[in-house]
This record gives sequence, structure tokens and C-alpha cells, in this order.
Amino acid sequence: MRLDTILRVCTKLFLPFIWVFALYVQLHGDFGPGGGFQAGVIAAAGVILYAIVFGKSAATRIVPKWLVEAMVPLGVLLYAGVGVYSMLMGGNYLDYDVLFHSPPTHYEAVHGQHWGVFLVEIGVLITVTGTMITIFYAFAGRGRREDRN
Amino acid sequence: MIPESFVPHLPALQIVLPLLAALIAALVRNGTVGWLLALVVSWLMVPVSMAMLGAVLDGGTISYALGGWRPPLGIEYRVDAPAGYLLVLVSAMGALAMTYAPRSLASEIPVGKRGLYYSMYLTCLAGLLGMAITGDAFNVFVFMEISSLAMYAMIAMGKDRRALVAAFQYLIIGTIGATFYVIGIGFLFASTGTLNMVDMALRLQDLGDSRPAFAGLAFIVVGIGLKLAIFPLHLWLPNAYAYSPSVASAFLASTATKVAVYLLLRFIFSVFGVDQTFDDLPLTEFLLVLSAAAMVIASAVAIFQMNVKRMLAYSSVSQIGYITLGIALASQAGLTGGIAHLFNHAIIKACLFFAIGAVVYRCGVVKLDQLAGIGRKMPLTMGAFVIAGLGLIGVPGTAGFVSKWYLILGAAEQGLWLLVIVIVVSSLLAVIYVGRVIEVAWFREPGPALAKASEPPFEILAVTWALAAGTIFFGIFTQYSGGVAGDAAMVLLDGIGPSDATPLLTRDELFDPTVSSGHVETGGGETGGGETGH
Repeated sequence: MRLDTILRVCTKLFLPFIWVFALYVQLHGDFGPGGGFQAGVIAAAGVILYAIVFGKSAATRIVPKWLVEAMVPLGVLLYAGVGVYSMLMGGNYLDYDVLFHSPPTHYEAVHGQHWGVFLVEIGVLITVTGTMITIFYAFAGRGRREDRN
Repeated sequence: MIPESFVPHLPALQIVLPLLAALIAALVRNGTVGWLLALVVSWLMVPVSMAMLGAVLDGGTISYALGGWRPPLGIEYRVDAPAGYLLVLVSAMGALAMTYAPRSLASEIPVGKRGLYYSMYLTCLAGLLGMAITGDAFNVFVFMEISSLAMYAMIAMGKDRRALVAAFQYLIIGTIGATFYVIGIGFLFASTGTLNMVDMALRLQDLGDSRPAFAGLAFIVVGIGLKLAIFPLHLWLPNAYAYSPSVASAFLASTATKVAVYLLLRFIFSVFGVDQTFDDLPLTEFLLVLSAAAMVIASAVAIFQMNVKRMLAYSSVSQIGYITLGIALASQAGLTGGIAHLFNHAIIKACLFFAIGAVVYRCGVVKLDQLAGIGRKMPLTMGAFVIAGLGLIGVPGTAGFVSKWYLILGAAEQGLWLLVIVIVVSSLLAVIYVGRVIEVAWFREPGPALAKASEPPFEILAVTWALAAGTIFFGIFTQYSGGVAGDAAMVLLDGIGPSDATPLLTRDELFDPTVSSGHVETGGGETGGGETGH
């Protein structure tokens, strides 16, 4: 699609909106429909659109393969890490009440719950984005010479 | 042995430690680091699960409210006798497999993939332990997917290219199984409005005869049946075990199907209860016929296998028949036999796969005709194979005898003499397929292919012999396998009563604004639960 000017320009125009929308879905997840899964897919869709229009090698310059492959475990690590931290603070695994104050009052518990969900959802975002792009790279790169080396 | 402050968190640590280790192994992607992590974590799991089983046998069920949300609102980790028994089994098998692993795996998997293999193994361990420990029906599905996906990857890493096809077959069938399971859970959720197993059990008792609930049970039994390779849903199993790396074969054969059996027990006995499943539904007849068919047909097929690993896999299908037979009898003796066989078969089959793994490590052959005279070149390895083989047949003095004895007792109790005959016939078939290997391995001259064969490295031999010794130990000291299995059978047959539900929030509390959010006091997986709220 190197010669398709309209597609190339439109893609470049769309990309910032796609990513901002991903962040909106991510952060709005606390109050309404949305959250890490949906946002992760949207964010990954931005990268995949870029890869389709400009080629996989162009996409790997922005989002390298090692990065997305590291993102997959890192996001889960953040999720599980929040759980372990709440255990260290004296609560049960993933008990957000005690994230900042232990033992918490009612409002401190709410504060903890808010941050707990926020952090965990960021973990989901990282892993889902990483996984989607990893799958795309794996399929898109199959059988190409650059992939064989 | 375990620090005091960790004790209330043991149920969470049992899952979280392997999960964290899997993530770190996936990040580092180095075979040595991955193996060290897997080894340390697998061995840590053993005291953790033993401590919980000890606490359960002393003082009753352990309940852990994940996230501090009291069940049935939140996910509950629940350890009772059957769950604790299974946790110990899976942890011990994991620890032995990882002790055995490094050199055997290094000979089968290229350097670049070893780190990922250990990551997958740890994920699988977390999933299997999670299926055993969780008290939430949907959470079971999540752990089932976690462990299965890891298993597909582990199988696909086998040296033989047919491993890819085997993994793909298992992927398709396993996914169908998991889908059936989740559809069943959907039916149960629709008819009871809860996902917590204890809560579900109590509500199903109130519900009486409910068609959607029975439809749910049917889906669940078929779904789990695919996972545990109940005859004739076993077609994925022989190739998956035959072509995966040796360590994976042994670990999966001794744990994966066992955890699925445990789930079947949980749903038949705990969630639905003996009255509903065995009196209102023809589950006994259904399971008896399939079990008997598995025991005879799969054993007969095993006799004609040329690939020893494939033969052992078919033997697994027939041995699973014994376990489901115990379930179908639904009596104290039968169920004790079934659960004891679950444990004994895990030890025996792991030993056999480890012994063959040692042969593969040294000579790279698994075909029966290539193994001629291997017993003279590797007497210790094949000696362990013989002992475990005797256990598989059920010779008195081995673990296999104990569980088969209980099964025969259970069948005779109910006057099912035909079944007693089936058990004996199946054991005789086992004599043939084990005897074939022994004959070839010991009574023939070694061929030129085995000229350089010698005993495997120390750790491989040690693990194989530890399991062979276990086969004899549990055949003589039956209080450890048979006794605990009896306790577990008793817990299952009693079903779930209102007394088990004390930690559950009642309906009134759920809608009571003064009991805010149903949160437990922090710090606790205590037994039972007081009034709460803050």
C-alpha cells in the first residue's frame, strides 16, 4: 500500500485518536463499561493498523518485538504484584482495602479499592496489548525471509 | 517449618508462587534460571500443601476469602480432605518432575525454548493446583484454561514433529471440553444464581428436580469427561503423552487427568450430592459401562502398541477406568478404591514414564523392538520399570493392589460379580502389556543400537527409584494412601450440609446495608467465620 496516499494519511490521522480512545476506555472502566481488556484490544488495533498500512518492519521500529513479548508477563506481574503487596500490608491476597492504610477506616478502604482496581486494570491493559500485537507479529511474520534469521 | 505469619495465607501462596515464578521465567527466558525457579517453587509447594492437608485433617475445612470478599460474593479458596489430598499429590509430582528435568529436557528441547518450557510448566502447575483449591465453579474454568493452554504448549515442544499434531488435537478436544464445562456452569448459574460451590450445593438441594440443573450436570460431566479422557473421549490422550517431552509426559500423566477426576468428584458428590446424581439419574450405569469398557478395551489396545510411551498412555486410559469405576460405585469402599487408585496410579505411571524417559535420554529410542536387551544395559532403570509395572498389574505388596482390592470389595459389596471379573481380566491384560516390555528388555540380547547405553545420570535414577520405592511403600503402609483416601471418600459421600456453609454470607446479610460490602476482617483465612463488617 506504499502508493495509497489516502490510506496512509488517514491512518496517520486516526492513530492518535485510536490511542486516546483506548486510554478513555481504560480510565472510564472504573465508572462504566470499559476496562483493560477492551482498551488493550483498541490500543493493539492501532499498532496493527499501522503495521498493515506501513508494513511490519515499520511497526516493529515503533513497537519492537522484544517489547511486546515482555509486556505479556509484565502486565500479569503487575496484577499479581498488587495482590502480593496487599498480602504484605496484612490483608488477604488482592484485598485492596489495605493498599495504603492498615487497618483502614471506611474511606481509606475505598481509597485503596479505587487504586487497587486502577493498578490491576493497567496490568490487564499491558498484557492484552502485548498479547494482541504478539499474535499479530507471529502471524504476519510467518514465512518471511527476515523472520527466518 | 513454615513461619507463623504465612500460615493464614497458605491457600493463596499455593497458587501465587508458581504463577509469579512462571511470569519471571517468561521474562528472563533462560533455561537455567527457569529451571532453578521451577525447582525451588515446586519443592516449596510440597510443605505448603502438606501443612494445609495436616491442618484440614486436624481441624476441618480451610476457607480463604480472595480479595477479602466473603464467599459467596467473592472467590473462595477452600481446602478440605479431597482437595488437600490432591494438592499434595500435584505438588509432590511437580517437585519430582523438576528434580528429574534439567538434563532430560536439555536433550529434547532446543536452548532457546527451555526458559519458556519452564514458564509453561509453572503456569500449568499453578492452574492444576488452582483447580484443586478453588471453591468457585467459574474460577475452576479459568484455572482449567490456564493449565490446559500451558499443557498444549508443553506437548507441542516435543522433539518429534508429530507432537505438533498431538498438541493441536488436544487443543481442539480440550477446548470443546472446557466449553461444555462452562455451558454447564451457565445452566447452574442460571438456576441457582451463584457460582460458589457450597452455596450452589445448598441451593440445589432446595431446588429439587430441576431440568436446567440436570442439563448443566450433563454438560459438566461430558466436559470434564473430555479432560479426564474417560472412554470413549480419550482419543487425544495417547498421542499427547507419546510425543511430548519425557518430563512432560510423566508430569501430565500423573497430575492432569487426576485433577479432572477430582473435579468430577466435586460436582457429582459435593455440588449435586449422591441423592441427586445416583438416585435420580442413571449416572451409575452410565459410568460403570464406560469404566468397564475403558478397562478392557484400552488395555487390549495397549497390548498392540509398538511405541512404549503410547502403550503407557493407553494403559492410562484403562487405569482411569478403574478410578471412574470407584466413583460409579458411590460406596465407601468403592470411592476409597477410586481415590486411592488416583494417587497410586499417579505414582506408578510417573515412575514408568520416568524410566522410559531415562531410556530416551540415553538411547533416544521408544520403539519396543529397539529396546531389546535394554534391561542388561540399564538394570537399575529397568528394575524400577519392573517394580512400577508390577504395581500397574496390581501384584500384592504394591500400591496398585491396595486400590484394586478396595474396588473389588466395593463391587462385591453390591453384588456386581461381573465387575469383579472385569477388574481381574483387565489386570490380566496389564500382565500381558507390561510383560511384553519386560520380556523384550530383559530376556533378549542387546542390539547394536544399544551398544553405548548405560545408566542415566544420578538425578534421573534417583527420582525414578523414589517413585518405585513409593509404589512398594504405599502397598505396605496402606494407612497413608488408603487411609487418607478413605477420609476423602467419607467427606465426599457426606456431601455438603448447612454446617459447611457457616462462612457464607446469608441472603439477609447480602442485602443488609449495615453489613457493608461483606468484607472480612483483614488477615485471614480462618476456619469458619465470625460476624463481620466495618
